[in-house]
Amino acid sequence: MNADRTAWEQRSTVRVVSPVKPRKLAKVPFVELADGRLQGVVSSGSDINRVYVSSISAATHALNCSTNNNRPCGGLYGSSPCKHLQSLVAEAALQYGVDRVARYLRIEIDDSVSSGSGLVSRLNGHHESAPAAMVFSRFLSHLAYLELPDSTTPITELHWFPAMGAIR
Amino acid sequence: MLGVQLGELLDGTPPGIEEALDLVTGFDDGLVHGLGRLGEERAAALAALAGALAATPLGERAGEAAEKIAAGSVADEHLVALAGGRTALFGAVHDALLTHLDTALGRTRAPEWEPAPPAEPLSDNLLAGCRSWLNELAITGWRGVDHDLVSASGQPIEALLAVPGLRGLAVLLDGLAAELRASCPVATLDRLPTRRWSDLWTRALLLSQPGGRTAGRAEPVSGRLLILGVDMHEHGTAVQVQVHGILEPKGGGPSRLVRTSVAVAKVDTIVGPAVWQLLHRYPVLLAALAGRRSLDVTDVPLLDSGDLVWHDDRASAGEPADPFATARVQLAGALAPAVPPLDRHPVRIAEPVLVEGYKAKAADGGVTLALDGHTLTVDVDRLPASGPLTAKLVAASSACIGLVRWDGGRWLLQPLAVQTVVKGTTTEAHNGDWALGPTDPKVVKAEAKAGDVVAVLRERAGRLLRR
Repeated sequence: MNADRTAWEQRSTVRVVSPVKPRKLAKVPFVELADGRLQGVVSSGSDINRVYVSSISAATHALNCSTNNNRPCGGLYGSSPCKHLQSLVAEAALQYGVDRVARYLRIEIDDSVSSGSGLVSRLNGHHESAPAAMVFSRFLSHLAYLELPDSTTPITELHWFPAMGAIR
Repeated sequence: MLGVQLGELLDGTPPGIEEALDLVTGFDDGLVHGLGRLGEERAAALAALAGALAATPLGERAGEAAEKIAAGSVADEHLVALAGGRTALFGAVHDALLTHLDTALGRTRAPEWEPAPPAEPLSDNLLAGCRSWLNELAITGWRGVDHDLVSASGQPIEALLAVPGLRGLAVLLDGLAAELRASCPVATLDRLPTRRWSDLWTRALLLSQPGGRTAGRAEPVSGRLLILGVDMHEHGTAVQVQVHGILEPKGGGPSRLVRTSVAVAKVDTIVGPAVWQLLHRYPVLLAALAGRRSLDVTDVPLLDSGDLVWHDDRASAGEPADPFATARVQLAGALAPAVPPLDRHPVRIAEPVLVEGYKAKAADGGVTLALDGHTLTVDVDRLPASGPLTAKLVAASSACIGLVRWDGGRWLLQPLAVQTVVKGTTTEAHNGDWALGPTDPKVVKAEAKAGDVVAVLRERAGRLLRR
């Protein structure tokens, strides 16, 4: 076991980040586990120009959901998290796997929880304002990658990042 | 690669490699715990690294750096001296390994690297931001990395991404930051990718020195490009397609082993065969990959490093060309390029070979190829989700075009294409087969289920980015 570990630690190319699983992006174009929050952007069902910025803090499960123009989501004050937060958790579970999201949100789960809705029922936080503008700007930076110019000069650095397959 | 060549490759490591890597391991251990508080043992490891360089032009600076850092003064110049020393050791390891490989294969390599004039100096403000983040990492050590330290990389990386000449550094730092973020808090991790992170840190520090880059010399070439296979590189926000092939120069001259690369930025939710869609600006190249055709190129710059700087508008599709036929007929005689000094690291060794007549065996999730009593390990992790190759397919194959690589102290084969014979019929699978979209109905169905992720994100970008 120890020899295996040493061999792994002395390799230049090993997988460190688990690959995300493919999912539909139409409803929730952006999800991430970052800055101590599960956060992301949910497209509005009724207005194509509007998106909701939703987040759940890992430490206290503080919930927040507002439009990108900082209007609070109407569903936020109900007895259960609004539909945007529910979609956010569901899509995060697809993208990262239920276990990883649960671990990040420090939710203890058993085998009965296999999807995002199981996680939502275990959230115990309340609304607290959160930096929606920062999350939205992270989403815009994320989108901005798609507009960077291509490079046809070889990038040697990428030899450290071999494309590693999905486990099939 | 014949059995006897494989035997020669696997028989004996060039002398000195183990000792050099031990020195590196000592230095890397310092980065695990942070150079800000070195114990006696780790200070001795830095001194040993510097000592190994004593007879070289780096010797004096490295020696001074090891002393100063041990005394608690971690300045930019000291870090870069040691990073240079670590890079030089890997340079020597690379050269010894590549010479050993060339000798085993009987491969001829272009003799010397000729330095080119330095590239245009770039804004030092940008680079200074990177250096200060890298210094912070070195002082803190991997074990001390937390969310705040990772987040501090955001601004320098975003600024770098905007400068085409610094794309390599930007992509490197973006990849490293993502790994650190996913590993936070690092203190609680069971094991660390020590060698890997130190490699990335070292290279980033060298690339963020002002005037660190020299542009390679380029000459325009024309001729026929016969494709051998595609090596895919990818992390969350970048993908690079590196095509290995043989260039037959127009008007004669020896055939040359070349590579041509296209790298595009992406986001982590674009994975698998969908990455090909990001390369839509290179229809000629993609069609040649998917259709297994040769390419005719006119006045395309060829760098001394053997890299054709791809211009899709200077290429046209040629005749159908089976990569296995190309490898059988041309590979042994083609001239291999010299390696640029800064790229001399074992991770860049990627020599195309054809292996056939072996017996493949699957065991413990891995695959090995036995040829004339010698056993070559297949790097099954390096089978990209963007193509049809799987470990199962490799285990059933009878011929393989692959890249010989070296990592973790051993030689490995990274398959780019395989031939399998089922009931007398030969079928082939190549990494580039899905360049115009997957051809396997099961994969097509899975892709359809996820929808067109690239189109969704482009629509969102178009609507939200410029408001």
